[in-house]
Amino acid sequence: MNPTISRRSFLKITGLTIGVSVTPFGYTLLNAAEKKDFNPNVWLHITSDNKVTIYIGNSEMGQGVLTAQSMIIADELEADWKKQVQIRQGGAKDAFKSPILGAQITVGSASMRGFYEPLRKAGAAGRAMLVKAAAETWKVPESECKAVLGTVKHEKSNRSLTYGQLCEKASKLELPQNPPLKKEEEFRYMGKPMPRVDVPEKVRAKAIFGLDVNVKGMLHAVIARPPAYGAKPVSFDQAAAEKVKGVVKVMQIPMGIAVCATSTDAALKGKDALKVQWDKGVLPDMDNAYIEKLMMADLDKQGAKVVEVGDAKKAVSEAAKKVEATYYVPCVAHATMEPMNATAYVQKDRCDVWAPNQNQTLGQGMAAGITKLPPEKIHVHTTFLGCGLGRRAFTNFVPEAVMISKALEKPVKVMWTREDDIKHDRFRAPMTHRIQGGLDAQGQLIGWYHKTSAISIMRPVNPNAIKDGVDYYCLWGLADAPESPMWNARIQYEIPNLYIEFLMADLPIPCWPWRAVQNGPNAFVIESFIDELAHAAAKDPLEFRLQSLKNNKRATRVLQTVAEKAGWGKPIPMGQARGIAQHACFGTWTAQVVDLSVDKNTGMIKVHRVVAAVDCGPVVNPGPLVEQIEGGITMALSTALKEEVKFAKGGVATSNFDDYPIIRMSEVPEIEVHMVKSTDKIGGIGELGIPALAPAVANAVFNATGARIRRIPLTPEIVLAAIKEKKA
Amino acid sequence: MISLNVNGKNYAVDVSDDVPLLWVLRDHLKLMGTKYGCGIGECGSCTVHINGKAERSCAMSVKEAKGKKITTIEGLSENHPVKKAWIQEQVVQCGYCQPGVMMQVAALLSEKPAPTADQIISKMDDVICRCGTYLRMKKGIQTAVQMTRKEGK
Repeated sequence: MNPTISRRSFLKITGLTIGVSVTPFGYTLLNAAEKKDFNPNVWLHITSDNKVTIYIGNSEMGQGVLTAQSMIIADELEADWKKQVQIRQGGAKDAFKSPILGAQITVGSASMRGFYEPLRKAGAAGRAMLVKAAAETWKVPESECKAVLGTVKHEKSNRSLTYGQLCEKASKLELPQNPPLKKEEEFRYMGKPMPRVDVPEKVRAKAIFGLDVNVKGMLHAVIARPPAYGAKPVSFDQAAAEKVKGVVKVMQIPMGIAVCATSTDAALKGKDALKVQWDKGVLPDMDNAYIEKLMMADLDKQGAKVVEVGDAKKAVSEAAKKVEATYYVPCVAHATMEPMNATAYVQKDRCDVWAPNQNQTLGQGMAAGITKLPPEKIHVHTTFLGCGLGRRAFTNFVPEAVMISKALEKPVKVMWTREDDIKHDRFRAPMTHRIQGGLDAQGQLIGWYHKTSAISIMRPVNPNAIKDGVDYYCLWGLADAPESPMWNARIQYEIPNLYIEFLMADLPIPCWPWRAVQNGPNAFVIESFIDELAHAAAKDPLEFRLQSLKNNKRATRVLQTVAEKAGWGKPIPMGQARGIAQHACFGTWTAQVVDLSVDKNTGMIKVHRVVAAVDCGPVVNPGPLVEQIEGGITMALSTALKEEVKFAKGGVATSNFDDYPIIRMSEVPEIEVHMVKSTDKIGGIGELGIPALAPAVANAVFNATGARIRRIPLTPEIVLAAIKEKKA
Repeated sequence: MISLNVNGKNYAVDVSDDVPLLWVLRDHLKLMGTKYGCGIGECGSCTVHINGKAERSCAMSVKEAKGKKITTIEGLSENHPVKKAWIQEQVVQCGYCQPGVMMQVAALLSEKPAPTADQIISKMDDVICRCGTYLRMKKGIQTAVQMTRKEGK
């Protein structure tokens, strides 16, 4: 697949070309022929060679978005997937701005949430126009014509015309804004497993990732970056670096000291030769203990009010039974397998940026800011992404490549080393939580008083996103802003008295959305605490959950499904224990049951099986959907058992995969994913394997050992200490 | 000048002895299928075959590879059972680590055409996949084993 659209392919618009105009109030489908000054905001293009070319603006990072979005268009268009359809990665265009997120950005499990309806309409509009064109050609009623796999047929007269033959005529017709959509039973592709279009080229190693971009005359650059937050270079040996064979230029930029060379190895050698001395940075005392202590102390301060329903304080203080607990979730790193990188070529009247990029809008804006070129002169080419996980939506890898290219007037590829990628990651925000919960005499949950402290995700990059001291990015899963595009990323339980309070931890660690954002940490806390309450109420954890979800059809359904499939309440093998958790976010409901055993001598956890139930509404491509849940569960298990970023001397001590362990094959359990048949509104999938896993593990560990561990990762040391404490 | 034999072709490259083989393959020979993941031999994204054995090209100097038969993912036949199985089982997600993973599997299967579960784990625990495709890798390995068996008949 051509990773970028060549500009030439747009010079001549022939055939039927359907585009879109995105406005602050939504989108309007366009027939390219209707608009003279048509800016190529194209979604699909039917040409006289009978090909259907589909342009996708979302980034492909293994979630299968190229395939799934194309399936939607091809299905409604009634195109022949094998013979007609070709798929292209689109550039940075207004047409690809998410109708729900307002930017061209692949985050928030929103590619299907945002584009399901518009893409269906675009495909169906094309089909309606082709049918009309055929009916007019034959002078027969439209109702007698039918589109079948790339041709329009008139059965009565046994005539047919291909889309290629009809596209010119169809392009002269008016585009219907609300064409009739197919009924579910008419779907040809949607709902059926289709092989992902990116798989063959990835297996053949022909897929171009960011680091594989080669531009003629390109230089390779690496950057010596500060070891502590806010540290500035005191001295460095520029001459020694420039003496290294292949090094072309050493230059200081705000991010550090860049070494540009004719090859990566020369750039790396040049960087070593710099021998940079740095000052101590802004907070040289900061280490893990410092962070945890500060954020625990935050919980004794008064925070900003987020949610107030009833009188939680009163309800808890007057409750028949009261439970209080404090939790801690540390920083974890994205650690995408392909480290951050970008290639830029700044010329007088244009700038090209090639990058594995989840946020074309931001990347384009950043490049425009540096080059002073208007955004339309910034050509953003999105390569395949060697994992995204949210990290690549903060495009700080773009400006440095643009700055260096601008200075050297040459194409430049900047590669982050693995150490750069981990030490200069923007981590999943660490959090502390304290909750007081109250039960009435019947064991019903009646009050919940919740205080949490987190490093703000948005404050450093967009202070306007903080309203009245609240950063909702830190709160998803617990609370969300009204009218949020994140769809139901709030506590699901029906609690008559609820108070949630937020504190922003004052630490210089940059944080950013990490797959599922804070739904991960918040679900760990909520679902662990619900389990604590269930035990205090002497109720089965499943029953206890269901009794506070009486009006929540979808949460109830996934819990009941997972319980049935996992055999909840039935005997399990000797030495094993079981835990359950549920969570909803991004418009999808999930529940998981984990079976595990704990070696009480070593503290080692062995997870045997994870069963998941998912309700995301309509399913477009079931195969990749299950893969996303499997992969999410595997990644979440890695963070539940192993991952924690270590800090020292005001910077990041963790550096590479030798001191940042990531789950490997031997540790992965059996995973069963059950999709709940649902006709509700379509929800997200990419991040939905994450939230329920860690609490289900912790709840199972409690059932195995009697020890309630209120932090992750559940390393053998932590588990062993908790078992010992329990005995004592 | 260092002469190298890669995928059956001889190359002469002007680099110093200590340069990791990875960068010679990628920057000098433009064989981009071999990926950089960690630079310390931990993740396996850069795995190639040296005289038929899986090795980490990021942790091996070009000097050590001199005079040996180097095979990269580009040199693994398009009809190799691992490649076919990886497509059939849709193993890859982002796909970045997979060339290295497939080279690791290909070396395992050439040594042990019918590996036991333990033999698979002990070799495959050397690789990291952040997308978490490990279960699909296991399936892919089983399928590749069956394909090899059928072809052998």
